[in-house]
Amino acid sequence: MSGRPQTPSQTIGPFFHDALMRYGVDQIDPDAEAGAPIVVVGSVLDGAGDIVSDAMVEVWQADGSGRYRHPADGRVGDVPSSFIGFGRVASTDEGTFRVSTAMPGTVPGPNGSIQAPHLSLQIFARGLLDRLCTRIYFPDLAENAADPVLGQVPEERRDTLIARPEGQEDGASIYRFDVVLQGEGETVFFDV
Amino acid sequence: MTTPTGYRRRDRDAYPPYDHPPYGSTQLRAPSEAPLQLEHTLSEITGPGPALSEIAEEDADLTRNAGTGGEALGERIIVTGQVLDEYGTPQPKTLVEVWQCNAAGRYIHAKDQHPAPLDPNFIGAGRCVTDESGTYRFLTIKPGAYPWKNHPNAWRPAHIHFSLFGPSQATRLITQMYFPGDPLHELDPIMGSIPQEHWPRMIATYDHDITQEEWALGYRWDIVLRGPEATPFEAGGAGALA
Ligand SMILES: [Fe+3]
Repeated sequence: MSGRPQTPSQTIGPFFHDALMRYGVDQIDPDAEAGAPIVVVGSVLDGAGDIVSDAMVEVWQADGSGRYRHPADGRVGDVPSSFIGFGRVASTDEGTFRVSTAMPGTVPGPNGSIQAPHLSLQIFARGLLDRLCTRIYFPDLAENAADPVLGQVPEERRDTLIARPEGQEDGASIYRFDVVLQGEGETVFFDV
Repeated sequence: MTTPTGYRRRDRDAYPPYDHPPYGSTQLRAPSEAPLQLEHTLSEITGPGPALSEIAEEDADLTRNAGTGGEALGERIIVTGQVLDEYGTPQPKTLVEVWQCNAAGRYIHAKDQHPAPLDPNFIGAGRCVTDESGTYRFLTIKPGAYPWKNHPNAWRPAHIHFSLFGPSQATRLITQMYFPGDPLHELDPIMGSIPQEHWPRMIATYDHDITQEEWALGYRWDIVLRGPEATPFEAGGAGALA
């Protein structure tokens, strides 16, 4: 038995923008010091295939050498000072979100395993009583084959976690990652 | 700082389900598949909370932070409490962000068009970082109830939205604080997503010791984030688990 009961989650609702997006972050690597530049664009879609225009998406990631800006990572002191590794964007009225960042490196996993480069995503929206957590992986990386998290996802759903390349823009590689909340092609979400 | 290898899981009895039909917006947004349990790795036991708390500017007086020089209208209140983990360990240096409607029940948000007056001196947004005892404190005005279109004659009980990071991705929490004695609680499908026996976790307590004479009414609300799965090195109040 724990001493204090957890405070439960409630929905973010539709009216968070004036508070939370005042501190939005759509440039995660503002000084381009943390790794190869990438842009992630995506749509949030509901069970009818309609866009969700009032979602908030938060990103958490390691730098290009796989180090987190956090005291639990013993290599925190080597993370470039301009790089926190946090992004916070809202989906627009067209239902898309977009964030510029650096390609993360590999990250240590359980039992000596190595996690392939990934971004952690948390999705909040009206109608979501609790956050949804997922991960973005990148196509054609050899490390994906040994990733312990991808490995536990049923093979037929694994593709929902892998971004699609969409060319280059100003020296950055563009990736598309759509979040499907429900139904056909539903994104794999994790209980974190 | 000690590093936990993982965090305790969500309290399934008290957390809302994704699919909750009385709240209409869940219908097309709740995933059909259950989330896959993810063993906590470095990616989950880290998170932006510590770094953001270092750089956050405090903005904890919502009665005056509109930048107009004027003061918000309404019943002035102090909302304060401790951020703790499940072991009762205070969580210092934790960013707390809040947002709310004005005294008339209207958000400044462009998509809130219900016919209640806006208050030019009220934005309804604030933030602060908890002190060494894990305590946060806001000065604001009591939010009104507001109508929404979920069902006929639907009204949200007065509430303040709260967002916290805590030490890790696992501890991230967005929730709502409610006020005691509100008859709308039992009619609200969002509160109703949680069994009524657990509502006290979301409802502030009126506290006359916080109330300031001739100035503001005081409410206390403690927020409990998920605790480490095991406390590896320090005892840190883990005795509370026994
Ligand atoms: Fe609200």
